[in-house]
Amino acid sequence: MKSLAVFSRGLSLKNKSYKAQSGGFVSSPGPFGVMVGKEIADHIRSWRFIVLLLLVGLTFFGAMYISLSNIKTAISNIQDPDRLFLYLKLLTTTDGTLPPFHVLLSFLGPLLGISLGFDTINSEQNAGTLTRLMAQPVYRDNFILSKFVSAIIIVSCLFVSLALLMIGAGLVITGVSIEPQEVLRIFSFIFLSIVYVGFWLSLSILLSIRFRQTATSALTAIGIWLFLTVFYKLVVNLVMKALIPDPAFLDPQQVFAYNELISSVLRLEPSQLYSDAITTLLMPSVRSLGPLTMEQMALAIPSPLPFKESVMIVWPQVSGLLAATVFCFAFSYYLFMRREIRC
Amino acid sequence: MEKPIIELRGLTKCYGSLKAVDDLDLTINKGEIFGLLGPNGAGKTTTILMMLGLTEPTAGTATVCGYNATTNPIAVKRKVGYMPDSVGFYDSMTALENLAYIGRLNGIPEAEVKDRAFEMMKAIGLGDAVDKKTSAFSRGMKQRLGLADVLIKQPDVIILDEPTLGIDPSGVKEFLALIHQLSRQQGLTVLLSSHHLHQVQQVCDRVGIFVGGKMLVEGSVDKLSRNLFTNENYVVSITLKDPLPPQWEAEGALQRMQDVQQIAVDGNMVQIACLRDITPELVRFFVHNGLDVTGVHKKEYGLDDIYEKYFENNSAKSNTHEKPGRIFQRSFVKK
Repeated sequence: MKSLAVFSRGLSLKNKSYKAQSGGFVSSPGPFGVMVGKEIADHIRSWRFIVLLLLVGLTFFGAMYISLSNIKTAISNIQDPDRLFLYLKLLTTTDGTLPPFHVLLSFLGPLLGISLGFDTINSEQNAGTLTRLMAQPVYRDNFILSKFVSAIIIVSCLFVSLALLMIGAGLVITGVSIEPQEVLRIFSFIFLSIVYVGFWLSLSILLSIRFRQTATSALTAIGIWLFLTVFYKLVVNLVMKALIPDPAFLDPQQVFAYNELISSVLRLEPSQLYSDAITTLLMPSVRSLGPLTMEQMALAIPSPLPFKESVMIVWPQVSGLLAATVFCFAFSYYLFMRREIRC
Repeated sequence: MEKPIIELRGLTKCYGSLKAVDDLDLTINKGEIFGLLGPNGAGKTTTILMMLGLTEPTAGTATVCGYNATTNPIAVKRKVGYMPDSVGFYDSMTALENLAYIGRLNGIPEAEVKDRAFEMMKAIGLGDAVDKKTSAFSRGMKQRLGLADVLIKQPDVIILDEPTLGIDPSGVKEFLALIHQLSRQQGLTVLLSSHHLHQVQQVCDRVGIFVGGKMLVEGSVDKLSRNLFTNENYVVSITLKDPLPPQWEAEGALQRMQDVQQIAVDGNMVQIACLRDITPELVRFFVHNGLDVTGVHKKEYGLDDIYEKYFENNSAKSNTHEKPGRIFQRSFVKK
């Protein structure tokens, strides 16, 4: 007669007065907050995150080790106008055994974004939890937004703590105090990296909505990444070579114009945008991302630019990255809102 | 009578040229248990999804609890608990966490969500599996947890899509009894879809038979069988010990018996259609004729027959030349 007892228990539930159903004084987080919290908890508990953490951590400490052991030569190089920016040097110095941290990050960023996003929607759909979730009083957009936001929060925490670690370690080891300009540059570098990861994240979320199988979406995302990093440059060069006449017959003005065109086409690729932008931010003496004419260079003193000027140079890159991210996200939004939810 | 809690008007859903749901009208009142019956692919799930605003209807409106499900799905979802046919849980979380998550999404305050989830688990008979990961749950346990999941938001209406799928018979009985009990005690309106007729028969106040996107009939099981079989008579089938010879002398006498309409012989089975219940007379007749009766079965029409009849009519229409054998078999008894 266990079931009878079971029934009577069940029946008492409705009558039980649960206070403060309509709010009360304790404000509980809305559905969106609840979802973000759950997603973050899921990420942190997953093996995938631990692996990624180890990977990023290892890269960071390896790069730091190499730059710290070479920092002395970098700082004492009189030819380099940036030599006084110790903390920027920490991020960019290398002796050739390992690429500097910012270059490594342009490889790791896509990996982070893809691996945090490739199965967001389709795994829920395959497990049958999507229907259950959508039957709750929750807006659909909150669902994908929570997926995006939670991964971005995780990535931001990771990057910000790495940056702070780097600054702290530099302070302890060298004892040189940090310039406000360096803080700004490092944090805008972090911000850009987060946006870059955000682009890959939103792309992989888009693919996870589009494809039913997690393996397909992961593979497609990796395929796009490989194409953009390896083949895109190749294809652009090939096409341009076929289209552009022999530079020997062109006057310098035209060569200049064609070069501009090529680099503009290359900048359609997000990783190009990213590396352009962070190079400018981390090396204050970079004053242009394209070729400069002799007239423009005349009378210029090879000295670092102020922070504001560097930001002005990378502004198109930043807005391009943001636009790509927003575009992917908007498109996934569109696909998901119209989608029929069924298993 | 107050306003109906679920009202579908001319609901239609097309997928390309296929009409999944065709001009459906349905009204369900408060406190009712309504069974939506139909074979696989009849459009049951599509109808349910439209009621929850998870799919947009091509035409028509679905009004649930006074809200239009297409334009105001959040209000509907606040009142309606839905259990999908293949209910899934987050495997990395325990049962209690799964339940508490849904509770939080429904705006249950943080202070009481754990208690409530725990109590719900006990109510549903999973009190000792609270801290188990749901990946270790059996199908039946998942189904129960799904019900807890639906009930934690204290809904007015619960919609269960194939709730008995994959549970063993005793589990089904318990599950349906639980649903019935809950509905009666708390005034819940229940809509359940199924293709298991016997199970639905036990608990539903009304059923609707749904084939090919159309509601063929709706009403209580009694009413349906009365409507359907008014011109149908009693059918008694008698099993004999030995097969009957093709020509047996008593056949004529049997034919002449009062109220006997038709006789059909199939090996050692004799099926007799008659105008009223004359089972005792028939048995007496066989015994007097020296035939050994081993079994007598008076045919009663249940939901199964109703369903089969409708479903068969439908399939006969759609593919007459494909399944002639089946139709002949049936008409053999009926004419």
